[in-house]
Amino acid sequence: MKRFLLVGAALAAFLASSVNSQSADKLLNASYDVARELFVQVNEAFVAAHPGVTIDQSHAGTSKQARAIVEGLEADVVTFNQVTDIAFLVKNGFVSEDWQNDFANKASPFYSLPSFLVRAGNPKNIKDWNDLVRDDVEVIFPNPKTSGNARYTYLAATAYAKEAFKDDPAKVAEFIDKLFDNVPVFDTGGRAATTTFVEREIGDVLITFESETTGIRKEFGEDKFEAVTPSVSLLAEFPVAIVDKVADQRGSRELAKAYLDFLYTPEGQKILAENGNRVNDPAVAAQFKDKFPEVRLVTVEDVFGGWDKIQEEHFASGALLDQVYGER
Amino acid sequence: MFKAGGRTLPACSLLLLKEIEFVKRRVLPGLPLSLGITLLYVGLIVVLPLGALVFKAASLGPEDYWRIVSSARAVASYRVTILAALGATAFNLVFGLALAWILVRYRFPGHRLVDAIVDLPFALPTAVAGIALTTLFAPNGWLGSLLGDLGIKVAYTPLGIMIAMSFTSLPFIVRTVQPVLEDLDPALEEAAQSLGGRDGAIFLRVILPLLAPALLAGLSLSFARSLGEFGAIIFIAGNQPFETEITALLAFIRLEEYDYQAAAAIASVLLVTAFVMLAATNLLQARALRYTARN
Repeated sequence: MKRFLLVGAALAAFLASSVNSQSADKLLNASYDVARELFVQVNEAFVAAHPGVTIDQSHAGTSKQARAIVEGLEADVVTFNQVTDIAFLVKNGFVSEDWQNDFANKASPFYSLPSFLVRAGNPKNIKDWNDLVRDDVEVIFPNPKTSGNARYTYLAATAYAKEAFKDDPAKVAEFIDKLFDNVPVFDTGGRAATTTFVEREIGDVLITFESETTGIRKEFGEDKFEAVTPSVSLLAEFPVAIVDKVADQRGSRELAKAYLDFLYTPEGQKILAENGNRVNDPAVAAQFKDKFPEVRLVTVEDVFGGWDKIQEEHFASGALLDQVYGER
Repeated sequence: MFKAGGRTLPACSLLLLKEIEFVKRRVLPGLPLSLGITLLYVGLIVVLPLGALVFKAASLGPEDYWRIVSSARAVASYRVTILAALGATAFNLVFGLALAWILVRYRFPGHRLVDAIVDLPFALPTAVAGIALTTLFAPNGWLGSLLGDLGIKVAYTPLGIMIAMSFTSLPFIVRTVQPVLEDLDPALEEAAQSLGGRDGAIFLRVILPLLAPALLAGLSLSFARSLGEFGAIIFIAGNQPFETEITALLAFIRLEEYDYQAAAAIASVLLVTAFVMLAATNLLQARALRYTARN
């Protein structure tokens, strides 16, 4: 009996301590696949300004993250690379409907674009999207069905083709078809595609976020790879949101807001820019001007009429993207 | 001969006595309790998730279900998966049997190390195995570049899928065959030899029938494991729809589209295939056991 009491007391103490730790000095940030290094730096700076706070991070494809949160992953904030996956959280009552008004720039503290990375000297002379459909070019990007990163790639290529072929659906489809024919390996995530291109030395050009191309050159040698910015690309927003349901339950809303606000401060924007992300803060943007070549960016709203429409016309089962695969 | 209770008994009767005593004194307390716990466990851990899967798939109407599981892309993925699993299992049959034979019949330096290494594919996270195999077999990898010179491509082809599958399922064959081989009395082979049997005939007509039930069990487990393997394969397969896209990946893709029902429908095909196959081998095994018991 005595032993039971002891065990009971220990259990109660353990439960109490775990309840204590829930008082908001700890956040879980659920983020996209290739943001590991970025948020390590962001978290370090944030913790330096807020001593005693711990920020945990989790990285995976953001559709997977959204599903995990709905199924019980207690993430206080999300920093995703796709609006659609936050929309899924809204649909399931985890994030409020007007989340895009909670933070500036439609809750997107930074932006990027699908851009190219080629091998040193650009041996295949790849300059723009139309070079990617040449017969002698192998292109690497992950599966748009499993990677938000590749979804932007697919959309950017489509946006280019729509402009180049004056919205002729048959020609656009042919262009996309040829592009996909040139992809030898479809990895499931952005980082896996990077590995295929860099470590396995497969393909002539990797298409991924501009921030990832900066990171790769930093990591593997600026003399080994060259970044190529196409003439036109798609604005990729990186939306952030407080997961209301979790934050209210854990009492972490205040800290969560401070954390996301931090991304908009000059200090936060500088870390973002250093990692190859484009930012809106005018002073920081001016400081990093040389790192980001001029590029014409089109938006999802202008070209495709918004994410809902894209989902329905392009990414749903049996929609345009599946038809590209079906024709192979 | 043993002494027991002042009388002399033959050794076998002592064994018999022991056995009876063993049956009387149960090791686990209370049959109802242990049975209850076991059934609850099986229910919670195995039946409930699979039930949820079937339930999810069943929430589709029969027409939608059929459309999803019979789409050209799904059918292509079954073909890729099943062919690769068959190839991997055939490879494991030969190689696993040889490995078990060597481990049981010969003692060589490093014997115990090899014996331990056989289990590694069980312990290694499959994603790690997949990345390691891809590094090895990629066109610029150690083995991949050698094979490339011979014109053989492994990584990003069905062959790569097969290799990943055989890697993760090899222990099943070795570990099911090994104990049976250990119990196999070499006297049987000697008897066959003294009766003038040739080596090949002895293997086929004496050893193989005795190994058959264990081998069958190992094969079916290996095949079922290969059907469901995901982590190791997605790194080494090119994941090209219709060519190197496995069924588990297609289910995963449907999940990424938040299409839980379609994912469950595709997964249910794998589930039913594995179940039918395991049931069939159990039947065969029972017959094989009866056959050996009769002889």
